[in-house]
Amino acid sequence: MTTQQGSRFFFNVDWITILIYTALCTIGFVNIYASLYNPETSAVFNFASNYGKQLIYIITGLIIGFSILLLDAKFFSVFSPIVYGITMLLLMAVLVVGRKVAGNQAWIPLGAFRLQPSELAKFGTALLIARYVGNFNPKFTDIKSIFFAGLIIGFPLLLIMLQPDTGSALVFLAFMFPLYREGLSGYFLLIFLGMIVLFIADFLVPAYILIPIIAAIGGFFIYQNRRKQKMMFSMIFATIIAIGYLFLVKVAYEKVLEPHQRTRIEIMLGLKTDPKGAGYNVIQSKIAIGAGQLTGRGFLEGTQTKYGYVPEQSTDFIFSTIGEEWGFMGCSVVIGLYVFLLLRVINLAERQRSTFSRVYGYCVASIIFFHVFINIGMTIGIIPVIGIPLPFISYGGSSLWSFTVLLFIFLKLDSNRMGFI
Amino acid sequence: MENLFNRKYIIQGLFIVIALILMGQLFYIQVASDRYFLSANSNVLRKKYTFPARGVITDRNSKVLVQNEPVYDLMVTPNLVKPFDTLALCRIIGIDMDGFHKRFNKARNQSRYQRSVFEKQLSVQTYAALQERLSRFIGFETQNRTVRHYPDSVAGQFFGYVKEVSDKDIEESEGYYRPGDYIGKSGVERQYNDVLRGERGVENTIYNARNVPQGSYLNGKFDTLAISGETLVSSLDIDIQKLGEQLLKNKVGSIVAIEPSTGEVLAFVSSPTYDPNLMVGRQQGNNYMDIFRSANRPFLVRPLSGYYSPGSSFKPLDDLIALQEGVIDPNTTFNCPGGYWAGNHFVSCEHVDGNISLRKGLARSCNTYACYVFQKLMTQKKFKNKTEAYDSWSAKVRKFGLGSKLDLDMPFERKGRIFTSEEYTKRFGKHWGYTTVISLAIGQGEMSATPLQMANIMAIIANRGYYIKPHLIKGIGEKKEVKKEYLIKNSVDIDASHFEPVIDGMQDAVNAPYGTARASAIPNILFCGKTGTVQNPHGKNHSVFVGFAPRDNPKIAIAVIVENAGFGGAYAAPIASFITEKYLTGKISGSRLAQSEAMKKVVVLPDVPKPKIKWAPKSADSAAKPVATLPASSENKIVPTKTTTIN
Repeated sequence: MTTQQGSRFFFNVDWITILIYTALCTIGFVNIYASLYNPETSAVFNFASNYGKQLIYIITGLIIGFSILLLDAKFFSVFSPIVYGITMLLLMAVLVVGRKVAGNQAWIPLGAFRLQPSELAKFGTALLIARYVGNFNPKFTDIKSIFFAGLIIGFPLLLIMLQPDTGSALVFLAFMFPLYREGLSGYFLLIFLGMIVLFIADFLVPAYILIPIIAAIGGFFIYQNRRKQKMMFSMIFATIIAIGYLFLVKVAYEKVLEPHQRTRIEIMLGLKTDPKGAGYNVIQSKIAIGAGQLTGRGFLEGTQTKYGYVPEQSTDFIFSTIGEEWGFMGCSVVIGLYVFLLLRVINLAERQRSTFSRVYGYCVASIIFFHVFINIGMTIGIIPVIGIPLPFISYGGSSLWSFTVLLFIFLKLDSNRMGFI
Repeated sequence: MENLFNRKYIIQGLFIVIALILMGQLFYIQVASDRYFLSANSNVLRKKYTFPARGVITDRNSKVLVQNEPVYDLMVTPNLVKPFDTLALCRIIGIDMDGFHKRFNKARNQSRYQRSVFEKQLSVQTYAALQERLSRFIGFETQNRTVRHYPDSVAGQFFGYVKEVSDKDIEESEGYYRPGDYIGKSGVERQYNDVLRGERGVENTIYNARNVPQGSYLNGKFDTLAISGETLVSSLDIDIQKLGEQLLKNKVGSIVAIEPSTGEVLAFVSSPTYDPNLMVGRQQGNNYMDIFRSANRPFLVRPLSGYYSPGSSFKPLDDLIALQEGVIDPNTTFNCPGGYWAGNHFVSCEHVDGNISLRKGLARSCNTYACYVFQKLMTQKKFKNKTEAYDSWSAKVRKFGLGSKLDLDMPFERKGRIFTSEEYTKRFGKHWGYTTVISLAIGQGEMSATPLQMANIMAIIANRGYYIKPHLIKGIGEKKEVKKEYLIKNSVDIDASHFEPVIDGMQDAVNAPYGTARASAIPNILFCGKTGTVQNPHGKNHSVFVGFAPRDNPKIAIAVIVENAGFGGAYAAPIASFITEKYLTGKISGSRLAQSEAMKKVVVLPDVPKPKIKWAPKSADSAAKPVATLPASSENKIVPTKTTTIN
């Protein structure tokens, strides 16, 4: 009976996704082991060590995941406002009772564990966005729906910024993808992209060159639309905004960002080299990854890894271990697994009958995508150092469990795709 | 709806594009560029070098001339240093606190994590004192080095010296040298540097991020031991080298002795000289400047870069050419009325001998005879003109090694000078003839040679017509390998039979009662030679003697020059005879021993250039005090119509 009941629960579950999930967790464990491996002590497997702990996290993660599969699919939709509310309360609580670790007040101590509410806030927000879109079916063509969605996303983002944990806050920009999928104008994405490009250009190109270039491009479009008065005015407006933005960026950069964040950005843009200070992590990470060459040095053979040259290697910089010991081929496999997972989740999302499930699926894929892109980009020096973990691979219970919950809720929704929520 | 569904592909496409960007950067870091790979190695690997001992140099009888003494460099790794009693360290190594901070800051500026030299070349005594307390100076350690030691303190110019490599040396070595290595800068140390230097040993150690050693790299697969340099067997005989330096003490000049049958240089004396040990150790720089600034240029290696006219010592060579050309025979006589008229030049002799033959002409150094020989050579009927005659003559002279380098195995050899006919035409215009260049007959004028070349000419005469390239190193390494070029006989194209009449004359110069060097005869040995008293623009005549002994189966050929010492028979000849006797018999016999001791004490220094200070009193050559303990033979003199006197 139990088996039958079990098979009823796991019926329709997408085992391929679970397989990729397991593969990534295993890769994580192996590389955490290598990162922490000390050629002198080594040998005996030790549960008290961090790789031992990670094994426990993985096992409990799987238990949590399969427990979620046992829950009723309607649960998530129904309780999403409550989950969201709880996570927001936790985010507020952390500002009061949180423990400061490395300058960020992000952790709530809970006995032996430390709870990181910003991790929970991701799927809390994802659930509520999905619920909002599922219930009201907004097309994001009106200010009102954009405002509501922005409120749901912006509130946790703001609270996280207050910790301050810019990295985790940035991840909330991932929700632009599901909104885009549901009808948000592509201009928002383009404007967002344009803001990033202008931000970078602002540092690399002097203003006396940059402003004429923008003016010229703006002028071209204004001329193109000279017969359409409305378009012409929006173009004039956009050009002025763009130039104003440049000045705003400079001011905001100086006044809003912390000195260490400014340094990280400058190092990423190549404006500053500081091999012994803030740039040390990135340089050592690139050296370790580069040392792997095509095929890698082999498991436990990475000298940079073994002799502790990359700080925080088991957590945020775990990708440098993969790079050194498994080389370009290993890196390609990992990135390939992620891409496969992301495309799979999107495809699964599209086959949902309920909008709630689809939107939630997009949220899952986007959040994972942001983490992967920012984390790997940071270890190879194309993105400033932003301390967010590599999903399923980085050491740490909070992050592994929250990604597990995030993913398995979607798998539960998917297994129930024929039902109505 | 259909429209929005397509956005799926845009999002998925974005995921793929971003993934490709990441892979592109990864490909660049991992595969396309090896910069990071190399950085990884330099992160982890530290190379520790062990320095090889330079090769030992022995004399021809296997007596060690150069050996290595241990010294210790005090090294510091700045980041490991913990507070300690700096004053105690300063006291041990003999520096003050300022010096301490200077050295420490220098090391720290180089690298905090890498070892660098704190103080160089501590002596064994200092090292012993330091070693006792080294455990209290955390971050400091010592490193063994060796430096040269010359037990006999002789032959400074022969050895040259060794110095730490300069930036230029490092650049030119294309990666072989590293800062702190030693390199031979002159003399044999330079010439044979590649053989002497040995190979540096290296130990690759892995370090972790906190700079703690983690054991050897790949189990020492790339580690090597230091290999000492090869032993060199020099051709020098340390006994006569020492004697030569003693005899030339307080004189300026040079002695070169060669074993004719092998071309091995037996003595290589350049005076003034210096103790090679001065060019070793921490005082090297100061000592170098002291020697460099002292009088008469001790760093000038006179045997191969001192230029002297051979003077009368050239006459045997000219006679040999004449015999070969057939313009004279051993019995040819010329009338010597006490001089020779060459156009409007008058070359005088100090004697009036009437009819004089080759044998007596050499023994008495008759200028008239020499001039007639030269006249005959230059006026042979087979030549169309004087240019052809001169070119033919100078080519034959050059065969004897004059005017070109003998390719001695030492740096900075000079080639001497013989004019070409073009040079004469340039100087005198078209109208010059043998009378214009008659000085050449007596080894003066536009002719200069190094002492090495003069000794080599004697080796040629001793060998009756050939020489082997003179060299200072006769064997390299354990097998004592001899270079092939030192086995080749270089012929001068004079028939062996022509040598005996010339050698007769040279024998008489030393052994006949009328010889110019009769006071330098060696008991029981037929010492053959020729004196020269060389006019020069730097003051008094140079005293020159060239010779070889014994007459049959000669063992030594020698050239001695004592600058500004006057007659060849007065200084050069006795010095040559003492060295020859010592070499052949191992001692100096009878009353000659006392004479040689007296010669060691004689001071013959050229006039020191007067200081350019106006109030300085006009000094009459007070520095030059020739003490003629030996009777000088009557030397020949040319008295041209000009005011100069050529001897």
